[in-house]
Amino acid sequence: MDIHEYQAKEILSGYGVKIAEGGMAYSPEEAVQRARDIGGHIWAVKAQIHSGARGKAGGIKICKTHDEVEAAAEALLGKRLVTHQTGPVGKVCGRLYVEAGTDIVKEMYFCFLVDRSSERIVMVGSAQGGMEIEELAENNPDAITKIYIEPAVGLQDYQAREMAFALGLEPELLSHAVKTIRGCYRALRELDAGMLEINPLVVTRSNELVALDAKMGFDDNALFRQQKISELRDKTQEDPREMAAADRGLSYVGLDGDIGCMINGAGLAMATMDMIKLAGGEPANFLDVGGGASAERTEKAFRLVLADKGVKAMLVNIFAGINRCDWIAEGVVEAVKKIDMKIPLIVRLSGTNVEEGRRIIAESGLPIITAETLAEAAEKAVQARNEAVAKEAAQGA
Amino acid sequence: MAILIDETTRIIVQGFTGKIGSFHAQDMINYGSNVVGGITPGKGGQTHLGLPVFNTVKEAVREVGAEASIIFVPPAFAADSIMEAADAGIKYCVAITDGIPTQDMMTVKNFLRRFPVEKRMILTGPNCAGTISPGRAMLGIMPGHIYMQGNVGIVGRSGTLGYEAADQMKRLGIGISTSVGIGGDPINGSSHRDILEKFEADPETKVVVMIGEIGGPQEVEAGMFAKEHMTKPVIAYIAGLTAPEGRRMGHAGAIISSAGESAAEKVAILKELGVTICPTPAAMGETVAAVLARL
Repeated sequence: MDIHEYQAKEILSGYGVKIAEGGMAYSPEEAVQRARDIGGHIWAVKAQIHSGARGKAGGIKICKTHDEVEAAAEALLGKRLVTHQTGPVGKVCGRLYVEAGTDIVKEMYFCFLVDRSSERIVMVGSAQGGMEIEELAENNPDAITKIYIEPAVGLQDYQAREMAFALGLEPELLSHAVKTIRGCYRALRELDAGMLEINPLVVTRSNELVALDAKMGFDDNALFRQQKISELRDKTQEDPREMAAADRGLSYVGLDGDIGCMINGAGLAMATMDMIKLAGGEPANFLDVGGGASAERTEKAFRLVLADKGVKAMLVNIFAGINRCDWIAEGVVEAVKKIDMKIPLIVRLSGTNVEEGRRIIAESGLPIITAETLAEAAEKAVQARNEAVAKEAAQGA
Repeated sequence: MAILIDETTRIIVQGFTGKIGSFHAQDMINYGSNVVGGITPGKGGQTHLGLPVFNTVKEAVREVGAEASIIFVPPAFAADSIMEAADAGIKYCVAITDGIPTQDMMTVKNFLRRFPVEKRMILTGPNCAGTISPGRAMLGIMPGHIYMQGNVGIVGRSGTLGYEAADQMKRLGIGISTSVGIGGDPINGSSHRDILEKFEADPETKVVVMIGEIGGPQEVEAGMFAKEHMTKPVIAYIAGLTAPEGRRMGHAGAIISSAGESAAEKVAILKELGVTICPTPAAMGETVAAVLARL
């Protein structure tokens, strides 16, 4: 789960990390009021969306007058911002963070993340800040310092000092840097974050170490014990279909294609999508209905897939293990009857009680296309999709 | 031979008397696995499914010589159960539980590393379907009947995609020595590489199929191991060709978050390392058949 910059800053501030003075605004008037409260002569008006690289997308505006703050807020609120992290659809900005301008002397990159290879938390830093770390890793990998944290003892002060020197900080900032780094590490550990990024971390003209941006991502598996973090969820930043699916205990990811999918198991779901692509089609979604696909769950899954009006054909691929094909077949038949499906449906069942499952589908009298193998299922789905599209085109003409 | 488990392996079930634990314990017994009891703290001394229930894993090791364990404990308590098994001297543990926090798994892995190698419990999972040595023993939740006994080893992250592979092979008359699910989480007990090492040492396994997916460095690490240390052919399929970057595809670990983690990149690297690539998930059976025919 991701949170906004202002939420991450509020958390980190509680762990001893210095941030610039700022406040939230949901309207241009509020933005101006925040600027007044903060005082000074320069402010940053920052779009709060769940993505990095907001600056490049025009989501951060530096303002020198209250009128500029108002204009910036008007321009940003309700705007759809597209970054390489949001995908082509982008994310709509519904709230702003107005922050006091910072007089920057030096910009650095700093983050903590879970390293899957070493199975440890790794601290990553670079004296060259402001850039995306991916860019830096490609263009100048030697400028990146990585320090691995031993899980049994946690982050040690010497490691924080090593990082501070790698960041090119002057000795008089050392104790402040250690406090900042330790604070970040404690936040990551105590709150079950999987990622904490400060980009840039800056040294100001008044020689202070300030987190100018902050990004935190949390382990979904740990939210059950992080009640306060769960409450920070901003549903407007997430795909409504994915949210609806999650509420029903289904795992769904919306994609750009037009062949809807319902599959049990994440690996088989990805493999089936690959087969659709190889057969010349494009999947409309990833959907894992999980192990216990009951009739009720099947119907919910169908409704979810079909809520995407761009879907031209739907493929169901179930390998029944604990499940039984006959139960699934009954669920599918029931769902199709209830929903009154208008698009072609291709069903491939395999595993426990497969003959019985196929018999139920065949005897249902419904126009369900069946397939025995994965390849056949994908080919039939693409064919049915192509026919549906051709028919639409003919009707259109 | 097979790896990790056979018909003699003495198995206990942690989370034995719960609904899911009971169901799968019975299924494993029906398959022929040597289940010798189970653990439910507070219910020690009772009998369940005709087998003794113990309060602690240590008791089960002492009383019935438990060697392997399978965990059906809810996510919040699963890491604790894994560490209990390791401390009690269990040799092999399968964690079925889905949803264990990543930091808990870091603690578990660190705990396991404290034991000297010869006393260190092998863990597979969490978030997996378990392990089966067809015709001998099942320590998992898979449909046992789709696996035929034979000489191909399978290691994979996904449950149902592993079933698909076993099913395709069975249709072609190809059997399996052992199939190991390592699970879909970002940090898991054993990696693809760890399991390849075991298959290489198993005289019964002739060929290994590795079923990977997007996210993480494990498939490439396994490919490097295969190139440097294996005499047996390795065949790989990597799922997630159509998966967009930065999106989690069901499994907690199935997310492309840095360079080299996409399916296309993994396939390219594995090819270069001499691993035979399954071009499509529908061709797993025929690719194995072709490799076996060349042996």
